[in-house]
Formats: sequence, C-alpha cells, structure tokens
Amino acid sequence: MRDTHTARAEQILGIETSCDETAAAVVESGSVVRSSIVSSQVELHAQYGGVVPEVASRAHLDLIVPVVSAAVAEAGLESADIDAIAATHGPGLVGALLVGVSAAKSLALVWDVPFVAVNHLEAHLYAAFLEEPDLKMPMVVLLVSGGHTILVVMEDHLRYRVLGATLDDAAGEAFDKVARFMGLGYPGGPVIDRLSAEGDPDAIAFPRAMANDGWNFSFSGVKTAVVNHVRKNPDVSTADVAASFQEAVVDVLVDKARRAAREIGAEAICLAGGVAANSRLRSRTAQVCEADGFRAVIPSRAMCTDNAAMVAAVAWYRLQADGPSPLTTGADPSLQLPTI
Amino acid sequence: MAPPIILGIESATSRVGCALRDASGVLAARESAQPRRHAESLVPQIAAILRESGVAAADIEVIAVDVGPGLYTGLRVGITTAVTMAHALDAVMVPVTSLELVARRAADEGAAERSWERIDAVVDARRGELFHAAFTPEGDWISKPDVVDPQGLAEMLRSAAAETLLVGDGVEAHAEVFAQAGFSIGRCSVYPSAETIVELAAAAVAAGEVVNADSIRPLYLRGPDAQPIRTVA
Repeated sequence: MRDTHTARAEQILGIETSCDETAAAVVESGSVVRSSIVSSQVELHAQYGGVVPEVASRAHLDLIVPVVSAAVAEAGLESADIDAIAATHGPGLVGALLVGVSAAKSLALVWDVPFVAVNHLEAHLYAAFLEEPDLKMPMVVLLVSGGHTILVVMEDHLRYRVLGATLDDAAGEAFDKVARFMGLGYPGGPVIDRLSAEGDPDAIAFPRAMANDGWNFSFSGVKTAVVNHVRKNPDVSTADVAASFQEAVVDVLVDKARRAAREIGAEAICLAGGVAANSRLRSRTAQVCEADGFRAVIPSRAMCTDNAAMVAAVAWYRLQADGPSPLTTGADPSLQLPTI
Repeated sequence: MAPPIILGIESATSRVGCALRDASGVLAARESAQPRRHAESLVPQIAAILRESGVAAADIEVIAVDVGPGLYTGLRVGITTAVTMAHALDAVMVPVTSLELVARRAADEGAAERSWERIDAVVDARRGELFHAAFTPEGDWISKPDVVDPQGLAEMLRSAAAETLLVGDGVEAHAEVFAQAGFSIGRCSVYPSAETIVELAAAAVAAGEVVNADSIRPLYLRGPDAQPIRTVA
C-alpha cells in the first residue's frame, strides 16, 4: 500500500448504498466537499408504497459504476488522486450494502489505497461537520430518519453516548405510515411537511407519548391516534391532521433534545438524518436554541438525507484514529452506533 | 490479440471463487464454500491470487464473470466486483452463464465419453425452483436458461426420452424428486468454477467475443419479490 495515503489521506471517495439512494462523493480532509452525487430510487419504490429490498439492490448494481465515476470526474480528479475509499457497511439492507462495500473494496485493491468501512449512523452525525468543521462539543444530536430515532450526546470526535431511542416506530416511519393511511403516497415526510403549512398544528391534540418520561421515544401511538381520529371524523381537514400530527412528533423530539442539552451543558443541538429535512423540526429547533442560548446546528437538507459526502467525512476521522478496515469486511445490516 | 491475463470471478451459487490465467494456463485459483460470505471472501481471494502469481492488478486485461442465473446477493457481489475492477483497469469483459459453466465442467470431466445424449444443468434457485438449460455432451447450448419446478423438469426430461446427465447444485437440492423419477445423478462436480470461467474466457477472447463493462447485466430470470419493508435510515 502506498504509505503516503495512510499517513495523510486528503481526498477520500465515499460510497453509500444502505437503502434507496446510490451515492458517491469526494471529500477533502474530512470537510471540503469536492463532489456529491446522489441517485435517488424514490420513484422506483413509490409504486410499492415503500422500499423493496430486492428492487433497491438491483438498482444499486445498475447505478454504482456511473455514480462513482461521476463523483470522481465532478471533483476534477483522476483515480490516482484518490487517497482512500470508504463505504457504508451498516446498518441498512444487506443486499444493498453489499453493492457499495464490494465496489469500494474492489477499487481499494486496484488503486492500492486504504479501504474504510463506515457506520451509516455515525456518518449522519458527521454531516454537520461538512458545513461547520469547527463545531464545539459536547453536542446533543437528534438523529431522526425512516429507520432510526436516536438521541445522541457527541462528547468529542468519534465519542458518543446514546441517551435514548425509539421503542417502536422510527419518526420517519410514522410519517410514512400516516401518509399511506391518508392516501398521500410515499415517501410521507415531504408531503406531510408541505400539507402542514396549510393546516392548524393545534387543531387536534394528538398524544405526545413519553414526553416527560426518560430519553426514549414511542411513535406508534400517535400514528394509531391519527388513524382513529380520521375514522371517527371522515370530514376532517387533511391539512389540519397533517399539521397536528407533525406538531406532536416535533414537540416530543425537540423537548427531549432541549432537556438533554440543558442537563449535560451542551454547546449545541444538532439535527441529522432524513427527518431533519422537515421544516417544522428545523424551525422549532432553531427557536429553542435561540431561547436557551445553544448553537443550532441544522445541516442543509441535502446533507440530512442519505448522501456519500458524510461517509467520506467520517472516514477521514476514522482512518486517522483506527487505520484502514480489512478487505474481509462484509455488510452488517444491524450495526449499532459505537458508544463510549 | 495475444493471449492476455484473464481474471475470472464466480459467485452465483453458495460458493465463491476466482482464478487467474495467462497463455500458459491457470496461474492461481481460490474457492470457498462458506455460505453467505461472498463479499467477505472475494476481494481478499483476488488479492491472494495476484500475489501468488506475481501479477499486478494493472496487468489484468480481461475480466470474466458468472452473470447467473443464481443466488441474487452472491451474484451481485461478483458482478459489482468484476465490473468495478474492469472499469477502473480499462479491461474488457466476458460474461458467462452459471448453467454453461456447470455443463462445461461436466463435459470436461468425462461426461462426453459416456453414452449421455445430453447434459441438463440445474442451479438451485431457492423457493422450490431451479434454473435450467440443456446442453450437448460437449457442453454446447440446446435450450435457453429458464426457471422450472423440479417436478415439471423431471416430467419434461422423461418425455424427452434421451439419455440425460443431470448436473448442478439444484440436483442435490431436489435429489428425492429426481431419484423418484428414476434419474441417476451425475457424479461430476456440481458447482460452476472460476477455473472453468477463465478457460471459456480464453476461447471467447480468441474468437473476439469480448464486451465493454457497461454492457454486463446479471441474468436474474425472475422479477424482484416486491414486498416493501419499512424504510431504513
């Protein structure tokens, strides 16, 4: 292996294929995004009302080479300029993950550069550092997506404590299920966000489960409450239901993040994951941070949803701390966030 | 084109392997039978055969890969690796089907010397189904790859009334069906191998039958099982 690469890997090619986005990016020194290509399969899965693992895996295979080539070309680089290659190896869909991991390891072998296996959850935490590399810690991070709802304390780089997580549905999953029930299609997050702008968030008092009870979350109850309310009141305004449901979810998320930030004396509250693209969650987080004197770290929407720039970013820190990952690395669909 | 250095990749069944060949023949090969470990094994195997044969990755001119039909996840590991490497190395490719590999291996191992009139290759497709194609005793195609159920295949072969050698991991998976139907099961190797891939690829290269990496597609033969899950991360 070329020693120069391990000593100081400046240009890292990241690959992300854990769910339904085929993505590749080149990031310099862990924070300068030179390119970020995301090929979404969302329209492919919309006809099924959710992500179909085999459909996703097939699409990743068709897209991986063109997406990786585009990321290198758009960065204005040649393959010889790439110092390390990173890929998400979990958590996610095993067949989907294996496409990205196999491509990354193959390139690492052929180009003779280090391979770095990346944890998808940890990558989401690093999206914020792409836009603000000098963030002060500790931070409270609300990692909210279709598959995860985790309240994390980031003590320092690569050092995390998980305060709580959802006991049932993930926040994004609740958005998808409510949208499906109301016939709004898939994915549910963007459409509920849009509709809510026209509705009254106080119209219906949906339950705030576990609001004052520890650090864990539960979102299956609010989903059921929406179903029951709409069945009993078939003429209810869809926009009011959407806005009231969204408000209930955002209330619980923001209240817990705020309490955690106060309790640990955090510098900032940071949003991460696909649900962090939600307008109401973004504005409410900004409000409470303003009121309490925390820094609000709210990455651009493109960095909240799945992308490969965050993969390349965390790989830069991991490579320095742990060195390369072995080429015997496979996929781990149920990988957890590494904690201290 | 002088006989080039060819890398062969095989991952369509529960096994995974690779082989390297030059004008003198097979230089090195690996095969692993650990189930569900294709992605963990394949790239280290390739690194090992390159080391063992003293060949640099940059010297690989042709990459041949089993494009199926076979087990989807394993298939994708092999094809992703092959296509990514071919693209990075600017190598040409030779796609080979799993069924032809099984039939060729059977033919090479002496099936043609016997009284068989045809070879029927079957690869386990799971879900009670088989991928199947018929070949001559020399391993040349008679029928196109297809998805069949074991009972239906047994009846079809009986009505064909030819002396048939049944080979492939699909025979073992449904041994009782074929035994009851009165078929003797071939004793020759039942898995496609990377060594067969590089031999077939050498012949394809000599015949000018190489393709660009962009044109490689897996042979799934079945649509995706379209059961949505909850969204993940």
